[in-house]
Amino acid sequence: MNDTALDTDLLAYTLRLGDDCLVLGQRLSEWAARSPQLEEDVALLNIALDLLGAARTLLTRAGELEGKGRDEDGLAFLRDEPAFTCGLLFEAEGGDFGQTMARQLLVSAYQLPLWQALTASSDELLAGVAGKAAKEAAYHLDHARSWVVRLGDGTEESHRRVQQGLEEVWPYSFELFERDDVVARLVERGVASDPDLLRPVWETTVTEVLKEATLEVPQTTWHPTGGRSGKHLTSFGYLLAEMQHLHRSHPGARW
Amino acid sequence: MTVEQARTVLAEVTDPEIPVITIEDLGILRDVQVGADGVVVTITPTYSGCPAMQEIEADVRSALQRAGADRVEVRTVLSPAWTTDWMSDAGRRTLEEFGIAPPLRTRSGPVPVQLGPLRPACPQCASRDTEELTRFSSTSCKAMWRCGTCREPFDHFKDH
Repeated sequence: MNDTALDTDLLAYTLRLGDDCLVLGQRLSEWAARSPQLEEDVALLNIALDLLGAARTLLTRAGELEGKGRDEDGLAFLRDEPAFTCGLLFEAEGGDFGQTMARQLLVSAYQLPLWQALTASSDELLAGVAGKAAKEAAYHLDHARSWVVRLGDGTEESHRRVQQGLEEVWPYSFELFERDDVVARLVERGVASDPDLLRPVWETTVTEVLKEATLEVPQTTWHPTGGRSGKHLTSFGYLLAEMQHLHRSHPGARW
Repeated sequence: MTVEQARTVLAEVTDPEIPVITIEDLGILRDVQVGADGVVVTITPTYSGCPAMQEIEADVRSALQRAGADRVEVRTVLSPAWTTDWMSDAGRRTLEEFGIAPPLRTRSGPVPVQLGPLRPACPQCASRDTEELTRFSSTSCKAMWRCGTCREPFDHFKDH
């Protein structure tokens, strides 16, 4: 494989990781001033900030790999829906607090082993981002775990709602472990982490937490996909409108 | 400007969000070089999304320029990832005096023996009867705690 081909794969992979972080950071920010407790406003926005930090570095790098002069802002604010490659789980609506926590559990249980594996990536920048993000994802997972257990093993109402939220977001988790050509080639080259190795780690973590939370593992044969190729949920357009509106209305504005 | 001089100047640059601690004591100042390209300063963020990095970069630049450096380059590196192990003993004391419980791990010597999980001592009254309110706080690097003895809430600089 020549260097140009490697760059295309690396660009796609870096962009996916960056888009995942950016879009989930935006989703979590929607909880600002709306969380059930002040502490949760702080917690969810701290997590959003960690994700945004990783996204900024990844998107900056994606812009360099692309070589068209787009920086992190260009990629975050000036791309349209089909150009985003985030997974559906990251962009899915947060629903109520129980659903947001269910999603945080599924996401963090995925990102922790993902970043841990990527610390050994042959790509220096991915390894660097992963080294920091792995430490942060451990906090995110602890946070999600404690809330899912508290809600699941809480009142009848909290149990019902977090189970319902879990059913909503669960189908989007299958896409995380898809192994398309880009991933397969990069795994081969020691750049990407292997989804086949991530899946059992994720399952063990999630199953253990759900058991402790007295929640049922959802049973579904619906495995929606498309995020990696730019086919997004209807709600994604609304997310982008809110995220991009200011930048597009006032290009180049500074404060 | 020599490396020594540059280091002396940088010893005065503090963290914008916790202005009592210097970037050196916090462990985010990783390297200082002086060469044909001027002064090259390497810093690393505490957390990925630390919003203070740009301000720290600007502070480093202006402090060195005020001291007479012609050319200053500030590099940000992610690897190796910052850890609270890099915080100096002086930095830990400063935080505690400021009312922020420092990270629990100490680089030298054993940690105090306690039953159950490690808890930071209250920076107000030194009681160990403390509880975590949330893992997260006003900045990424801190958690919110409360003292059971004096009832004061306080920030704890998380082990990381």
